[in-house]
Amino acid sequence: MKLYDRGKIIAGVVIFLILITFPFWYGKGKAVTPPQLDLDTPAIGQLAEKRCVEDAAWMRENHMKLLVAWRDSAVREGNRTYTAKDGTVVEISLTGNCLKCHSNKDRFCDRCHDYVGVKPTCWNCHIVPGEVRR
Amino acid sequence: MTPTRRQFLIIAGISAVGVVCPSVARLMASRSESPKATGLKARRWAMVVDSAKCRADCTDCFTACHNAHNVPDIGNPKEEVKWIWSERFDHVFHAESHAHIPGAIRTRPVPILCNHCDNPPCVRVCPTGATFRRPDGIVMMDSHRCIGCKICLAACPYGARSINFRNPRPFIRKLNPDFPTRSKGVIEKCNFCEERLAKGILPACVMACEEKALVFGDVEDPHSEVRHLLDRKFTICRRAELGTKPQVYYIL
Repeated sequence: MKLYDRGKIIAGVVIFLILITFPFWYGKGKAVTPPQLDLDTPAIGQLAEKRCVEDAAWMRENHMKLLVAWRDSAVREGNRTYTAKDGTVVEISLTGNCLKCHSNKDRFCDRCHDYVGVKPTCWNCHIVPGEVRR
Repeated sequence: MTPTRRQFLIIAGISAVGVVCPSVARLMASRSESPKATGLKARRWAMVVDSAKCRADCTDCFTACHNAHNVPDIGNPKEEVKWIWSERFDHVFHAESHAHIPGAIRTRPVPILCNHCDNPPCVRVCPTGATFRRPDGIVMMDSHRCIGCKICLAACPYGARSINFRNPRPFIRKLNPDFPTRSKGVIEKCNFCEERLAKGILPACVMACEEKALVFGDVEDPHSEVRHLLDRKFTICRRAELGTKPQVYYIL
């Protein structure tokens, strides 16, 4: 079997492989430090028990699912309370409840979202408290 | 000593009270911990507008509503966004108007808003279910699901819906942090102040009206203020012949 333009094809394949694997060998050995989330806000400081709606580990994994469920519950069903696994009942409100404690969106929400490269569209409409003065 | 029948019954009664009381107390305690369930509830929300009471050039209800809901003032009528506004009588009630209605009445401004129809054409045409009718009759917009296709805009016979052709944030004079804005490419309209009803407050326009021209309440409740007005006065709806069953009633 004869391969026409062998030199060009092989060179092309090599360049292609180099480019497509670029992110792997460029980033090899470099460790990006995980974001340090800041929980030091006045509202959290005043809490007797430092506990989110659910426990921290569950919230870390599932907050996005919880927020979607909250959104549907409040908007579609008009149900504005959520009963946590331990029985406490909380108000369903992103800016009125979540961000009351996590009033440092740039040092809490954004740090992790930037790190994992997700762009939640919440803030296209919902207003970050403190963004505007009353 | 074996207890007598009477003693046995007394002990059994006291024990029963003792068993029930703590659980009742716990139930009461857990109730008081939960967020206040003070929301206003109705079987069917409706509004009665007595437009004859409106002062000339009064815009109190529009301003109150648009401030409460972060409605932008784009400044260009082609891109106008509005939840409640007014039109001349002969434009609002086109079919009911004729040449011999006195000019003062014919050109009188009538406040108009979403009619929260019982048979809403916007809900029927919405391809994503972003607009829907709640069991209490409020026709809601779920901006999260709106794709901005504008079919509801065409379907609504009352022009009650507006689309955000551009990001509305820079055009909002004073942001109300308690209510979200909208983003570019979504429809918005009056929501009968659903977020205020959930907190137990009447709609912003109703509270803002000094002349009490706007009355809000449960039309299914025979003792509501709305029903009192509907029972006593002659009221009409906008374009009732279309079969949309509007729930904003007008006293003329």
